[in-house]
Amino acid sequence: MTETATEQAVHTKQVTLAVNGQARSASVETRLLLVHFIRETLGLTGTHIGCDTTSCGACTVLLDGVPVKSCTMFAVQADGHELTTVEGLAPPGGLHPVQEGFHEEHGLQCGFCTPGMMLTATALLAENPDPSEEEIRWAISGNICRCTGYQNIVKSVQYAAAKMKEASE
Amino acid sequence: MYPASFEYHAPTSLDEALSVLERYGDEAKVLAGGQSLIPLMKLRFASPRALVDVNGIDGLDELYEDNGMLNIGALVRHKACERSDLLRSRYGVLADAAPQISDPIVRNRGTVAGSLAHADPQGDWGSALLAAGAQVQVRGSDGTRTIPLDDFFLGPFTTALEPTEIVTWVQVPDPGPKAGGAYFKLERKVGDFATVAVGVHVSFSNGNVERAGIALTGVGPRNLRAEAAEQALAGHALDDEAIVEAARLAAEAAEPRDDIRGSAEYKRNVVRVFTERGLRKAAEEREAS
Repeated sequence: MTETATEQAVHTKQVTLAVNGQARSASVETRLLLVHFIRETLGLTGTHIGCDTTSCGACTVLLDGVPVKSCTMFAVQADGHELTTVEGLAPPGGLHPVQEGFHEEHGLQCGFCTPGMMLTATALLAENPDPSEEEIRWAISGNICRCTGYQNIVKSVQYAAAKMKEASE
Repeated sequence: MYPASFEYHAPTSLDEALSVLERYGDEAKVLAGGQSLIPLMKLRFASPRALVDVNGIDGLDELYEDNGMLNIGALVRHKACERSDLLRSRYGVLADAAPQISDPIVRNRGTVAGSLAHADPQGDWGSALLAAGAQVQVRGSDGTRTIPLDDFFLGPFTTALEPTEIVTWVQVPDPGPKAGGAYFKLERKVGDFATVAVGVHVSFSNGNVERAGIALTGVGPRNLRAEAAEQALAGHALDDEAIVEAARLAAEAAEPRDDIRGSAEYKRNVVRVFTERGLRKAAEEREAS
């Protein structure tokens, strides 16, 4: 069956959103998942696809500052919103305190969960600058890591919290 | 995984959303949080011709009490319930359930109303809200109707909602000044469905139980109310003997099956233990309030 122009129009949509502070615009198929939009349309491959079934959190990005699983959202739903991916964390030439924490405290081994883990941690610290160990573990409980046993991830977030506190004083 | 192609509509008013639904009939699905619908579409268990994204409709994300009724708008996310002081103060069963839904990231997007409309028999909101005596307000092009949650759930993934209707509000009656409740959930890990969960919500008057709501998750083809246990408690003191008997009746009401999460016998016993714990917590909260 060939699609008429109208049918095609409802199956594609123009989206405009802020990605890591920069306005980006593209025509997307309505069924395009946000994670594919990020990786393939925008070429930002720091966001990983893990389970693809809403279970692992590897694809976590921030939508208006809130962690969401980008495999469980359509790109069209991000129209008009602000998106932060791991590429948007660091200032030019430097590291975000959360990135520095993961570096200093050995918060990663294979690195697959790390982008999602760091974005979740960043959102946590924005809301709660001095989280307890339990609050950190609670916050990252939607992000699965198969290497570290989480010990060093928790330490990395604690490092970042201390660093950010120091910077704000 | 790619879902099948669909037409996307993002109405900015309920009337507009309803007219889109009218146009597609049962070929359209309403998209709110999408945390159940999108995974189903990716697996091609669902391939709607059109999606009606209601996230742009104003006023549906409110959570407030008014005229003896708690109102939960269709776009209230699990996270908003998790953080609500109002729920923590008077609706313990809901406050307890909220942080146990799925995982923290899913809770940022998923909605209470969407969870009910999805009607997963293992959903936590179904039992928590059945225990609380909730009703669902739905809008269609003919107007608004209110459906007691008991009548809303028809079976696994099946509700009384017509394809051209939208859930607009979930409403819970004010339990009054003397009330207590809890939601206990046994899960293997964060994000898993309940092996067993039990919601308990009790309101008191003159020291006795005025109304008791007890509902069970994961032990039947839908969220089950333990009606015999509820009736045994109504009008009586919530003493040790009554608690033990109600817990026994709740376990009897369960329809568990053996599966990878546990044996039927085990699950039935967990229902008994959780019901007892929930009722004891409600009794303690009455003393404290």
